[in-house]
Amino acid sequence: MLTPEQIETRLERVLLTVQKPGRYVGGEYNAITKDWDKTETKVALVFPDIYDLGVSNMGLKILYDQINQRPDALAERAYLPWTDMEAVMRGHGIPLYALESKHALADFDIVGFTLPYETLYTNTLNALDLAGIPLRSTERGEGHPLIIAGGHAAMNPEPMHAFIDAFVIGEGEDVIHEIIETVQKCGMSLQAAASRSDILRALAKIPGVYVPSLYEVTYHDDDTVAQITPRVPEAPEQIVKRIVGKLPPPPTRFIVPNIKIVHDRAPVEVMRGCTRGCRFCHAGMTTRPVRERSVEEILAAAEAAIDATGFEELALLSLSSSDYTHIVELVDAVSKRFLDRKLSVSLPSLRIESVSVDLMESLKKRRTSGFTLAPEAATERMRRIINKFITDEQLLETARQIYSRGWTTIKLYFMIGHPSETLDDVRAIAALCNRVLDEGRKVIGRKAKVHAGVGTFVPKPHTPFQWVACDTEEQIEAKQELLRRNLRNRNIKLSWTDSRDTMIEAFLTRGDRRMAEVIYSAWRKGAKFDAWGDQRRYEVWTEALADNGLDPDFYTHRPRRADEVFPWEHISTAVSKKFLFQDFRMSLEGEIRVDCREQCYACGILPTFAGMRRENPGEGWKCPEVKEKKRVASHG
Amino acid sequence: MGNPEIRRLRITFAKQGALRYSGHLDLHRVLVRTIRRAKLRLVYSQGFHPQPKIQLAAALPLGFASRAEIMDIWLTDAARDDHQKMAQQLQDAAPPGLTILDIREVDPRGPTLQTQVAAAEYEVTLLDAPDASDLDQRLAAVMDAESLPRERRGKAYDLRPLIYALHLLEPGDDGHPLLFMRLSARGGATGRPEEILSEMKISFENTHIERTRLIFEDISVE
Ligand code: SF4
Repeated sequence: MLTPEQIETRLERVLLTVQKPGRYVGGEYNAITKDWDKTETKVALVFPDIYDLGVSNMGLKILYDQINQRPDALAERAYLPWTDMEAVMRGHGIPLYALESKHALADFDIVGFTLPYETLYTNTLNALDLAGIPLRSTERGEGHPLIIAGGHAAMNPEPMHAFIDAFVIGEGEDVIHEIIETVQKCGMSLQAAASRSDILRALAKIPGVYVPSLYEVTYHDDDTVAQITPRVPEAPEQIVKRIVGKLPPPPTRFIVPNIKIVHDRAPVEVMRGCTRGCRFCHAGMTTRPVRERSVEEILAAAEAAIDATGFEELALLSLSSSDYTHIVELVDAVSKRFLDRKLSVSLPSLRIESVSVDLMESLKKRRTSGFTLAPEAATERMRRIINKFITDEQLLETARQIYSRGWTTIKLYFMIGHPSETLDDVRAIAALCNRVLDEGRKVIGRKAKVHAGVGTFVPKPHTPFQWVACDTEEQIEAKQELLRRNLRNRNIKLSWTDSRDTMIEAFLTRGDRRMAEVIYSAWRKGAKFDAWGDQRRYEVWTEALADNGLDPDFYTHRPRRADEVFPWEHISTAVSKKFLFQDFRMSLEGEIRVDCREQCYACGILPTFAGMRRENPGEGWKCPEVKEKKRVASHG
Repeated sequence: MGNPEIRRLRITFAKQGALRYSGHLDLHRVLVRTIRRAKLRLVYSQGFHPQPKIQLAAALPLGFASRAEIMDIWLTDAARDDHQKMAQQLQDAAPPGLTILDIREVDPRGPTLQTQVAAAEYEVTLLDAPDASDLDQRLAAVMDAESLPRERRGKAYDLRPLIYALHLLEPGDDGHPLLFMRLSARGGATGRPEEILSEMKISFENTHIERTRLIFEDISVE
């Protein structure tokens, strides 16, 4: 492997031949470069897409902060090179390296990938290949780094089981330390390596860590999973996701890039989890329970982050800003404290109600950027099915408010392909866009505009819709065509998701272990950057499925049996399968479950994390308090 | 700019290392954030897109290092007049590769910085240089030419009058030949080092270019 000096010398000679060379040099303010030789455990954190997207990933920011706080460990970052740089690196024998010290990834003890979505799988293989690290865990031995992965897509780890040594299920703040300590205890370093299988077995004992090679999966004749069995005593039957009882102090010393990136701003996580229970939403179901930070902590973190970075934008992050208990107080305090400091503040995911307009107004948001609302479905029937209930009148009233307070554009997010959707439900999307525009016309005349962003629903593991079929390409395209025909208005802009992107996501997200070979073949045939419409090569995926004798329809368009064993059956998000199924049945009846802050529906979170809830009493959590053990036993 | 509280400072800085790979607009953003982190209060324009008042003397192409960049910044903070302390604050807030070399106060009503620049000097390290006599010949060919007609973005121009000086220096520590250039840097009449290299048939990727001085109008350069 090349030394960092050799890598740097080679880079010098090639960087001016590629686009945006600033992606490949590091040297940002707040980057941490520790003494390599004096630090025991070296971790490379990889976002398997380009720098421009990866720098803003919140999960990796947190882990970078957590690991670098330890005197005995260091964390550095790596991203995937864009195709031009990849060709140059391969041509000049430059391995994938970390930006801080320019050490090759293969020199690290642990390489950790974040997998927030499935279309990063082929890039992950490409990263390992570019790093000169064998792709499959079975091909790696002593002297190779331990390859770990986490993130939302890792909640169904099976499609990537062949390539990742250990997955982290759930939140990483505590687990990462336990992994580092286990690796240290096993004496794993590239020089003095303990047996790799000893390390893997030790890792399997850490709650929330899944070591796929320690499990066996058998299948029924109909290709569904029969059983998932641990092969060694260290491997638990169920891997229950990890959470932190209290959100740790948020990171503030963020990397300040030297080039323009996406989301160039200081993020502060206001709360984690969501109590709304939208049935299509993977994040909403898998990040429970809701834990909030106090207004003071958020303000202090925002202040520290702005001081430490100089960023011009502060992003208050959560899955649903409106649901933060003290949102009005927070927004008020933020605007008092920061708005005269030439700082813009962003507040994502506001509910469809007039309070949201007040909030945006007090943040003095530029009216030019449009006001975003996400009704997700256009009929009240469909909104009951997906459990995101509002009335049309509520939406129209909010739209009226938005237009009358100075915004000219409303962005409306919808999805097509919800379970039991008919063409009438699709036509209703067009009709609703027109009605919203009409409201705008009444208030501000011809200046009023609507942007309709129409995504396509993909059933996700660990949600009440994990049993349902995804629409076929033909169905999706017919619905999109219908929308285009019904939205011929120059003041309504329509955008949609390519049906082929939906298909790739759909078969990967509910894939089983056999999907690993499909990912491998697709990568061999050149699939990478699948999240980029202009790079994604659909034919390669259909070939890869065929080469492996797999039928994509089995994964994508097949309704699951009620008693089906899912490929992710052994992974527990603590929300019980029983609860999810009940919620699915309710959706078929059009029954809604309102916000679980008002009424606990016993989803399974409390019995699993009762101890943690007891240690963190009060309003930080939005689940009811757990007083005595007896109550817990009867809960679930 | 009649406000007596507002002061205009001229800062000379070096741009090296990883920061070489940030382009002109990126550098602008890096500088603004450095100033914000240093807690100096920049003057902002009015309106929905308030822009900080900061001017760079002459754009430095991507990949070039410099030990002589100049920017003017306008500050509302009249209380600070200790330039050394301010330089230290800025240096502490600067990313690696950005070195603050000098701060001085200038007339806030003076002309924009860009219009004051007349010429720039560069040192070019030739990593894959032709042998010495060949190199001398190529240099002479450029300097002896009556004119060097070229095209930039479809517009014909003569490069020769934009070259004020071009000769070899003592080689640097690494033994590579070192070329000195003094080129016009006036608006609409800017000589670019890579164009001279192209006349000399030397590939730009095989060089290391550093800007070493910006020369203002009031100094004679020709
Ligand atoms: S335990 Fe109850 S309150 Fe907590 S997330 Fe589940 S349903 Fe909501």
